[in-house]
Amino acid sequence: MDYVAPKTAHEASKALTKEGAFALAGGTDLLVKLKTQFLSPSLVVDIKQIPKIMSIEESADGWWIGAATPCAEIVEHKSLSQDWPGVVEALSLIGSTQIQGRATLGGNLCNASPAADSVPALIAASGTCIISGQTGEREEPIEKIVMSPGVNALEKGEFVLGFKLPKPTNSSGDAYLRLIPRSEMDIAVVGAGTSLSVDEDKKITSIRVSLGAIAPTQVLLNGLEDIFIGKVPDEDSIKQLVSIAEAACKPIKDKRGTVEYRTKIAGVLAKRTFTLAFERATTH
Amino acid sequence: MSKIHVSTQINGDTHEFLCETQQTLLDVLRHELDLKGSKEGCATGDCGACSVMMGGRLVCACLVLGVETDGKEIETIEGLSSGSSLDPLQQKFIDLAALQCGICTPGILVAAKALLAKNKNPTEEEVRFWLAGNLCRCTGYDKIVRAVLEVAAEARTA
Amino acid sequence: MNDMTQTNLERSLKIVGTRPARPDGVDKVTGRALFGADKSLPNMLVGRVLRSPYAHARILSIDVSKAEALQGVKAVVTSEDFEDFPSEFVPAGEMVVNMKDITRNVMAREKVLYVGHTVAAVAATDESIAAKALALIEVNYEVLPHVLEVEEAEKPDAPLLHDDMMTIGVEPTPTLASNVAKRVEFGFGDVEKGFSEADLIIEKEFTTQQVHQGYIEPHACLASVSEDGQAELWCTTQGPFIVRNFCSKLLGFNAAQIRVTASEIGGGFGGKTVVYLEPLALALSRKSCRPVKMEMTRSEVFTSSGPTSGAKIWVKIGVKNDGQITAGDCILKYQAGAFQGAPVGPGAMCAFAPYEMKNVRAVGYDIVVNRPKVAAYRAPGGPISEYGVESVIDEIAIKLDIDPVDIRLKNAAKEGTIAPYGPKLGPIGMIETLEAAKKHPHYSAPLGPRQARGVASGFWFNIGGETSSSITINEDGTVGLTLGTPDIGGSRASMAMMASEELGIPMEKIKPVIGDTNSLGFNFLTGGSRATFSTGTTVVKSTREAIEELKKRAALLWEVTLEQVEWIDGHARLISGNEPKTMSLSQIAKQAGKTGGPIMANCSMNVTGAGPSLGTHIVDVEVDEETGRVSIVRYTAIQDAGKAIHPAYVEGQLQGGAVQGIGWALNEEYIYNDKGELENTGFLDYRIPVCSDVPMIDTVIVEVPNPNHPYGVRGVGETPIIPPLAAISNAVSRATNKRFTELPLSPPKVLAKLMHG
Repeated sequence: MDYVAPKTAHEASKALTKEGAFALAGGTDLLVKLKTQFLSPSLVVDIKQIPKIMSIEESADGWWIGAATPCAEIVEHKSLSQDWPGVVEALSLIGSTQIQGRATLGGNLCNASPAADSVPALIAASGTCIISGQTGEREEPIEKIVMSPGVNALEKGEFVLGFKLPKPTNSSGDAYLRLIPRSEMDIAVVGAGTSLSVDEDKKITSIRVSLGAIAPTQVLLNGLEDIFIGKVPDEDSIKQLVSIAEAACKPIKDKRGTVEYRTKIAGVLAKRTFTLAFERATTH
Repeated sequence: MSKIHVSTQINGDTHEFLCETQQTLLDVLRHELDLKGSKEGCATGDCGACSVMMGGRLVCACLVLGVETDGKEIETIEGLSSGSSLDPLQQKFIDLAALQCGICTPGILVAAKALLAKNKNPTEEEVRFWLAGNLCRCTGYDKIVRAVLEVAAEARTA
Repeated sequence: MNDMTQTNLERSLKIVGTRPARPDGVDKVTGRALFGADKSLPNMLVGRVLRSPYAHARILSIDVSKAEALQGVKAVVTSEDFEDFPSEFVPAGEMVVNMKDITRNVMAREKVLYVGHTVAAVAATDESIAAKALALIEVNYEVLPHVLEVEEAEKPDAPLLHDDMMTIGVEPTPTLASNVAKRVEFGFGDVEKGFSEADLIIEKEFTTQQVHQGYIEPHACLASVSEDGQAELWCTTQGPFIVRNFCSKLLGFNAAQIRVTASEIGGGFGGKTVVYLEPLALALSRKSCRPVKMEMTRSEVFTSSGPTSGAKIWVKIGVKNDGQITAGDCILKYQAGAFQGAPVGPGAMCAFAPYEMKNVRAVGYDIVVNRPKVAAYRAPGGPISEYGVESVIDEIAIKLDIDPVDIRLKNAAKEGTIAPYGPKLGPIGMIETLEAAKKHPHYSAPLGPRQARGVASGFWFNIGGETSSSITINEDGTVGLTLGTPDIGGSRASMAMMASEELGIPMEKIKPVIGDTNSLGFNFLTGGSRATFSTGTTVVKSTREAIEELKKRAALLWEVTLEQVEWIDGHARLISGNEPKTMSLSQIAKQAGKTGGPIMANCSMNVTGAGPSLGTHIVDVEVDEETGRVSIVRYTAIQDAGKAIHPAYVEGQLQGGAVQGIGWALNEEYIYNDKGELENTGFLDYRIPVCSDVPMIDTVIVEVPNPNHPYGVRGVGETPIIPPLAAISNAVSRATNKRFTELPLSPPKVLAKLMHG
């Protein structure tokens, strides 16, 4: 097994076109797969030395988060946490303190687990990722990346360079919650991310809700606009949200949860994240 | 299979070693450098027994490749005490019986030290969530949390 | 009875009961202490194990030739390298094992009986060659249907694990083989009559799942056999003498050929009382004549060591309207795993033991299934059976509107009670722990919304056993203790404290070490809550013998008779005469050469008279009824320690056992797929409590002295894991007004019951 640490995106892409090459960012997924012999790479391509891949930058049209930035660093970023509390909460839940010292958004996305904590929140926030490859860069919405469990949409030679989040408006809020049996350390049985904005009368002007771990990929809920846009949310519209959330589930039964359980919790978490996001949006 | 030459700082000393790509920092510490204080409980980052500091961040040594440590600063349990002086956390763990079998203790001490370096006044809840990645099966965590809180309190009044 | 004088219980103690630093503390907080995987030897090989991928299969052939031929491979072993045995039961901790089964568990012979069962082992110059060698071993299996649950295994058409095993303990003796290894029964009186006298009868069925001790240190050992057949073994174990015993039998050594040194042990809880890697490492080392180091991966620990039984139990209790129990009956069906030996006997014996019963019956069945062979886990069998009984008592308390502590007080066992398993109990602390619970501020603290309180008690016998220790007086008056029971939880400190108390010298002058198997007589293992009780007894006895010798030497130097010398506060003192004369221990020690030579004493005996330890726990839970998540809000563990030599380590046992019980109650379970493969083989999905899952565990130590120990000690290590299962289940039941009868109370299970009843 060879190891390279390229200094440019181009070199990294080239290395990743080799047979049996895998990208290494935080290593919290890759090294586990090496240990359990799930993977036997011939080449490990350490992407952490590429410019911008570990930086966090704010600009007029939003945020840049380098794909290999450790989550612990992102969590420490005060203004990003203020702008996108739900996204930051979500990524702060990935693993233990030790995992946080290494885990990255790039890894969490490209590992393509339907239960990844950061992904529903990024989708709800209309996040995109910049993918670097042989022919240059392309930008894709987050929801296009996870194809099925363990399979992402990247071509050979591609890797994620960074994530972009829009600048939130004054009256928007986001939230992420997950259900785990213990208080820490578990993979999400269900995850839900909600992002919304309101007008001066507390009527919803935009809404996105994404669920994780209830289908082969994260699901962005449809049909919410008709229920919520232009209105103040009430008990009835929230009940409808719960129904839509439950209906969107195509979960499996596994060692973490049953089909019935995941479906029920999807509704509960959709409701709870909605309430939290709405509170945040209306208390600026 | 050719090995890679790595030079790294461990507990303030420069160490050079050869390792294969797939050897983790934990493998290197225990097998190449004869530093057995960091323990292997699971090798997959779930138990925290191999906790070390890398570049000032708390990490699991089993989830870092040896080759990644080139040019980096690593701190292990062996670096916590200084000559014959124990770190206040180490002394407090002995005083409050915050260990029973002792296998998780090195990892917990490294993690606790990292917490107190970052947060001088943690609440009980903050201590518990910070240490959630360090499994202990003997103590039920009670005396460990008390020890960390007491060291923090004493440092604030010192 | 151990024939000990009990003077200590009255006199005021100087060090026993205080909280000094443990002698091995510095080594453990600096990472210096050496555990099983921390030792290496020159010219060392790495050993790895080939394990069965099938839950149940016949081994038709094994061909290791390609593995043996691989460069770097120095030895390969299969069942041909191990002795076979006819059926022979031997004690192993608080369990009983059969040598015919042990040899087959260590290395499969005719069949593999669980996924992870050892099929072969290799020793090579490095990890990757060893891994390649395993892949080159060719095993021909005939896959058979498997069975995982006791009620399936009992059925007449169930897949049969052992075609020569007929149920013991049933009349008439069966002629057909079965998966039911044995039936046991305990009790007395007439339960039917008792039930006919009851005003209220409650019967319930309960299910618990297989759980693992969850020690953080995987099994590891280093074996070195030389060309003349002498063997050194370094291993993490609760019982080096037991390891020597098993390994010599399995490999045809005699005991003198193997010297076993126990490393520091990173948790055991009963799981390190039998052998897994040790015979393999010795066999590989004997073949290669090089040291062989072996470590289990975390995944192997879960698949291939010894978890405890999952079970199905049925409990029926009858009471009068005032809460007086008239009869108690239970049937326990415990999983043994691949070979017989589930702890259903102890489970049946102690199910009703916290109570004074007039009519009681407990029937247990030991049932084999295609899971790893169970090993002891902290009060083996007790948590399961007492979970059922304590739950039914809670249900009765609710139905009769009686306080759950009061109903237990009404029926509490006490000194003179005939225990359900036969003997008359000496002094015990059931009533004391219940009264302490009632008085405790936790018991009357207000509860928040969605919160409820649960109470449960627990009983465990504790054991004594063969023990040997020695004490040496060094030339400068300091002292060495050699102990035979590995120190899992701080017991070294307690031994030094007892010696310090007896001698009247500071604890810092006493160095306790754990000896290897050559340095002492046979010691039964650390387990059964016996170390402070049994090793403590021999430490005190040998210290008193040393004191007698010290007095003799002083008498010699003073030229008086022995009767004129007494021992006070680290000094010999001349009783008669006008001027007081004293001689310190160090003064006597300095002259030992002149007065007869080195001074040492040892004590080797079968320690009897262990006192049962009773506990009562109080827990407050909060239930999120939308998600089924249960949080532990407050926890208090109360237990009788007889005498707490070092209270901090007694508290530690209560807290650690309580949190293991919390895990057992809430989230821990073995999850199998339908191929019989364990799905959760790591700490990610085998969910032991993490730091943020639990609150502080408040403790109360009650002391009802055990008259059979010089300081009144009762073992405390095991009882604390018993009450949490029912205490939590009772709390969740009270919070939701539904009786929960299945563990673990994981969120999907709780929510399903809330939604569907």
